[in-house]
Amino acid sequence: MNPWFRLVLYLVGAPVLGCLLAGWDRRISARMQSRQGPPILQPFYDVCKLWQKENIVVRRSQNFYIFFFLLLVIFTGALFFAGSDLLLVIFALTLAAIFFVLGAYKASSPYSFIGAERELIQMMAYEPMVLLTAIGMYMVTKSFAVDQIASHPTLLVVALPGVFLGFLYTLEIKFRKSPFDLSCSHHAHQELVRGMTTEFSGRALALIEIAHWYENVFLLGWVYLFFAASPGLGVAASLLVFLAVIFVDNVFARLKWQAVLKSAWTVAAVLGFGNILVLSWLSH
Amino acid sequence: MILGPIAVGAGLLCFKHDWLRRVLVVGLIGVVCACVLALVKTAVPMAASSLGTDHRWVNLAVTVAELGMGLYVIYVGIQARRPLIVTLMLAQVGLMTWFEFAYGTKLEAAHNLFLDKFSVLMALINGLVGGGICLYALGYMRDYHETAHPEVADRRPLFFALLCVFMGAMFGIIFANNLLWLFLFWEITTLCSFLLIGYTRTPEATTNALRALVMNLAGGLAFALGIVWFYHQSGKIELQEMITSGRGVALLPAALLCFAGLTKSAQIPFSSWLLGAMVAPTPVSALLHSSTMVKAGVYLILRLAPVISGTTVGLMVALVGAVTFLVGSVAAITAGDAKKVLAYSTIANLGLIVLCGGIGTYAAVWAGVLLVLFHAVAKCLLFLCVGVVEHKLHSRDIEAMSGLILQMPRVAVMMLIGMAGMFLAPFGMLISKWAVLKAVVDAYPSLSVFIVFGSSATLFFWVKWMGKLLEVVGPREAVVQELGFGESVALYGLSAATFLACLFFPLISSALIEPYVQGVYGHTASMSQGNITIMMIMMLMVMLFPLSFLHYGRGVKVMDAYLGGANVQSSVRFLGSGRQVHPVTMNNYYLRDFFDEAWLTRAGVRCGGALLAIMLGFAAWSTVLAPAGDSRLAPGPAAAPTKPIALSPSLRSATDNL
Repeated sequence: MNPWFRLVLYLVGAPVLGCLLAGWDRRISARMQSRQGPPILQPFYDVCKLWQKENIVVRRSQNFYIFFFLLLVIFTGALFFAGSDLLLVIFALTLAAIFFVLGAYKASSPYSFIGAERELIQMMAYEPMVLLTAIGMYMVTKSFAVDQIASHPTLLVVALPGVFLGFLYTLEIKFRKSPFDLSCSHHAHQELVRGMTTEFSGRALALIEIAHWYENVFLLGWVYLFFAASPGLGVAASLLVFLAVIFVDNVFARLKWQAVLKSAWTVAAVLGFGNILVLSWLSH
Repeated sequence: MILGPIAVGAGLLCFKHDWLRRVLVVGLIGVVCACVLALVKTAVPMAASSLGTDHRWVNLAVTVAELGMGLYVIYVGIQARRPLIVTLMLAQVGLMTWFEFAYGTKLEAAHNLFLDKFSVLMALINGLVGGGICLYALGYMRDYHETAHPEVADRRPLFFALLCVFMGAMFGIIFANNLLWLFLFWEITTLCSFLLIGYTRTPEATTNALRALVMNLAGGLAFALGIVWFYHQSGKIELQEMITSGRGVALLPAALLCFAGLTKSAQIPFSSWLLGAMVAPTPVSALLHSSTMVKAGVYLILRLAPVISGTTVGLMVALVGAVTFLVGSVAAITAGDAKKVLAYSTIANLGLIVLCGGIGTYAAVWAGVLLVLFHAVAKCLLFLCVGVVEHKLHSRDIEAMSGLILQMPRVAVMMLIGMAGMFLAPFGMLISKWAVLKAVVDAYPSLSVFIVFGSSATLFFWVKWMGKLLEVVGPREAVVQELGFGESVALYGLSAATFLACLFFPLISSALIEPYVQGVYGHTASMSQGNITIMMIMMLMVMLFPLSFLHYGRGVKVMDAYLGGANVQSSVRFLGSGRQVHPVTMNNYYLRDFFDEAWLTRAGVRCGGALLAIMLGFAAWSTVLAPAGDSRLAPGPAAAPTKPIALSPSLRSATDNL
């Protein structure tokens, strides 16, 4: 497929797919809790409603950060689906996340402040594994370019089982799901209120929601990369991973940040790095 | 260029007048910058040159200067009752004196000075960044003595003299090819840093200065041993000869010189001297951390990279760098003092450069040189900003910088630029980190683990600091007159340089770094066109961010923050439980229970010490014991994969600038 075509498909299709995924997430979660759940398009209705609300801020510049967060998340996914360098994709994603965190700092409410601090801890927790995933893919395919990795003839997951499991672990953090919803919980009645997003409302909150749609599609695209040699299997695996994330979200309570950091680094060191060590031994 | 600053420095000692000093320093900086820029234009790819003067006299002067410094250091050691300093210096002076008297007449280098693209780049950094620091120091030191620290004795003539000598010595290190000359300049920087760190003469400053002296003297002794051993093996006394003469001869001297480089660039068993150096006035810290001193260490290691690449010595050097990067980055999380955070981050980034040097492949060296450049600019900017903030707010605690964006908007924005330059895409350091990661994965994939964990820690401590600057709890008064003239020139210049270095990075790489790497290795690394384009697009996006402030305050309704209780007086206080009014305070996480700084340091020192012992042990074993003499007979075995550098005997136009 032409990279430009993929790019356009991503820009238009990702919010639609992301919105549907969010809808299914809510519906499936509800069913797991023996509730009926909202309609599948509920996230879309939510965003529409948020869009019409009054713009209320604590600090006048706080929403600018959110706009650039969205812009850079879209850019990250665009880089990924256009098939460019995986490391640059990670750096762009980091930059996007930092804009979000700075926005939360700027809002200057104690709740968003703590949310920002915790988000940083989460980023510190997942960053090593994400980089190790890119390195693992490079060692197998000899390239950091996403389109080269995608066109590799063998299933990457076979050579990178540890990296794949480690990546799943960090995915749970990246999706901001329990047990890792430290920085902005989905339910505003807890000790954190709404964490990072406490002081964002109206259009800014809608932009954050849309950014998450884009981000989730991009992350599932990365899961697909592990199975890219067999596209059908890849799509199935991505959806399965998504279901697993929802399942874990409903089964676990929230962890403390110490546990998150410790466990994520241990997973990265044992599963991710262990896998890479084995690979480098085998290649010698 | 070497002698100019030293001579001016000597001159400055004699003048007490503030304005005369100002004229002299500004003039000197102007001349140095002009020379450096001229150097960029005139230099042909590879060049070596010799001075037209009689070498014997120069060499004699070098010996006398070394002896004089040795005697001074011994005097300092005796006065401070530090037997270690006296012993180290006696050993060093004894060795060098014996060496020069035993072989005095034969110690002739064909090329005492030399010049290539790498030295030009280093000279550029030293001249421009160092010059900026001197300008800044003019205003800063006046404030320092008149308002901030009236209790410290005003010894400004000495201070500026040392700054100038320091700069001159750094040029010396960059251009020297004769190892004896290089050694002299190396020791001058050690001595200058000792005097500058101890400038305030408080007990703490004195202790830290002595610590810096001990560690650097240990490195100096290794340097001297390296020179003597290399001459003993090959009969030569030139740095370029060492790089091209092959591993059999050069491995042990290179290992010893690397040891010296590791002490100078504060790698892990020796990192404590750089942390101690923050007691000195800020321009000193900036100078030590960005353009001189620590960069001399990594410069030497990067130069020697072709010799040690692929050997156990190289691997050990790389491991020392990798461990330093990890420990430095994690330790920076626990630090609340702004200068300490910067110091840890310097140590960590130098670790990354050392890692590149230790790996020593062409891609790694390319990445290492890039890191040297970007780090110097951004780190210098940050130090100078912290210096300004310290004078205005009388604190350098990061927590005290809360809301700095309102109090000192210009400085805060420049600090944010500096921090972005240190770790964020698409700024320079990140381009280089990308390159380092690629080089490491190609050479030793297992070493990548240090980088991935270290860089995630880096992210944490920078962003929380950035957040602290942006976050605003209550109304704040703006500080009147944020910056003096010299300070603004330095700060605006460096902020612009942080941006320009990134925008023109492909140009700098292809004009200066790639030719050097090409010359040494025969092939070179660079960034692909597509990736450069992506970086530029990201850069544009980031630069668009300030534009959003055109929209500042439009179409929004401002409300108080949610505080859990009832807000009292906007969002500064709230009514909590028991109807008591509490002020809102927000403090960053330092994770001190999670990461213990003392434990980290201890573990790091043990690890680094063991690695260094293995490095020197291996180098000694492989050159002295294993080949048992055959390496002594064959000065240039074909084992070296490097291409000899073409030394063209004379280059007048470049010599004139030196």
